[in-house]
Amino acid sequence: MTVKICSAAEAISVVKDNDHVASHMWGLCGTPGHLYRALAATNVKNLTLYIENFLPGPPGTVEWGFPDPTMLLSHLKKIVTPYLGGRAYSRTGMQADFLGDLIKSGKLETEATTHGVFMERLHAGAMGLGGFYSPIGIGTIIATGKETRVIDGKEYIFETPIRPDVGLIKAAKADKLGNLVYHGSARAANPVIAMASKMNIVEVDEIVEPGELDPECIVTPGIYVDYLVKIPEGDIAGAKNLKELVKLAVALVNK
Amino acid sequence: MKERLDELVMAMRAVRELKHGDYCNLGLGIPQMCAANLPEGVHVQAENGVIGYGPLVTTDNVEQADPGLIDAGAKFYTPAPGMSFFDMLTSFAMIRSGRLISILGGLQVSETGDLAIHSLSYNDEYPQIGGSMDLAWGAKRVIVTMTHTNKEGKPKLVKSLTYPLTAAKCVNLIITDVAVIEVTDHGLILKEFAPGWSVDEIRSLTEARLSVSDDVKVMEL
Repeated sequence: MTVKICSAAEAISVVKDNDHVASHMWGLCGTPGHLYRALAATNVKNLTLYIENFLPGPPGTVEWGFPDPTMLLSHLKKIVTPYLGGRAYSRTGMQADFLGDLIKSGKLETEATTHGVFMERLHAGAMGLGGFYSPIGIGTIIATGKETRVIDGKEYIFETPIRPDVGLIKAAKADKLGNLVYHGSARAANPVIAMASKMNIVEVDEIVEPGELDPECIVTPGIYVDYLVKIPEGDIAGAKNLKELVKLAVALVNK
Repeated sequence: MKERLDELVMAMRAVRELKHGDYCNLGLGIPQMCAANLPEGVHVQAENGVIGYGPLVTTDNVEQADPGLIDAGAKFYTPAPGMSFFDMLTSFAMIRSGRLISILGGLQVSETGDLAIHSLSYNDEYPQIGGSMDLAWGAKRVIVTMTHTNKEGKPKLVKSLTYPLTAAKCVNLIITDVAVIEVTDHGLILKEFAPGWSVDEIRSLTEARLSVSDDVKVMEL
């Protein structure tokens, strides 16, 4: 399929009720915040979200474009994540336990995993496996209810693959064929999610002509990319605000 | 009440376990304080896909902060010569390869080296596992830095865990605010104590059975 270069709103319209959607999320870095906002503006319901971390934005950062996944909550049925930072912040700066309330009331399902198991489950999805036996989490809460098997005297847990309907990907730069390069630690889980997902929507800061990217440096080949969205100049999730957010974040967490 | 070591001093004691050429991963909290005091030639890995990065950005050099350079604790770092980036599949293959030394925080360690690192979060609805189970299972060596007792004064070195298990029989060394303790096939062995502390005083704060090394000594900082 030819890569379609379009707006986030147009690309995100392929997401349907009950879809499984996946994205990387590690604070400001490598998180597709422009696509989150487009998805939040739709009416799709009952999504299952596979997300690397679910980290609500600290006070004062959402207005500057922080890619806060809580903006997706009303569209979600279930969250599968290694790290659910449930304590969200309300606009007044007071901490609100609304994730905990959603879970207790049965409106939101969650499934715990680990970063490593999450990666291997996506990898298994990419490779078309039916699942795999994993040594991580024996005797822990992630083993609850799962088949176990002893292989060569060691115990393993059966883990199932993840094969999302739609991957939301953040890359630094793409060419018009959808070949992707990343920047620094923003690579992270993005290439793995791109391999595992049946369809991918990618947000980038820059789109260039084929031939302008060094083939040796392309991490995700364009065959995985279906929709390409250039973050518009002056967008809330764009580079200018990001610079300000970094300053806020350094003051908050780097100390 | 006797004086206990503060978190930075505990981190500095942990740093003494690292030498030139070692690769390490630093967990959240006290372990991340090791970063500022590492010996030359120690490479730090972050599970979101970077190894060999430089010092953290501070408010003094915030103009140099690059939005793409973020560590596992979501802190911005500066680049360093020889640094490399990789995806998280590669990162966790690396973490499970037995090549890294993992310095982790902890809520409890048992007599047999079982580790509990996460509670079931503040409202007991869901855990915050992150990469801790992978790191504890796959590291060459697991060093746990934690206070000797919890906020209620209860021992964190216990006979068996009461918090949810992270990984069984995985801890090699425990550095607390009063002691350095090795985990062996014969149980926990006290190797070092903080200045001013006696063996009996440390035992009184420890629920787990604690043997004393023949060459037990004051912690060298």
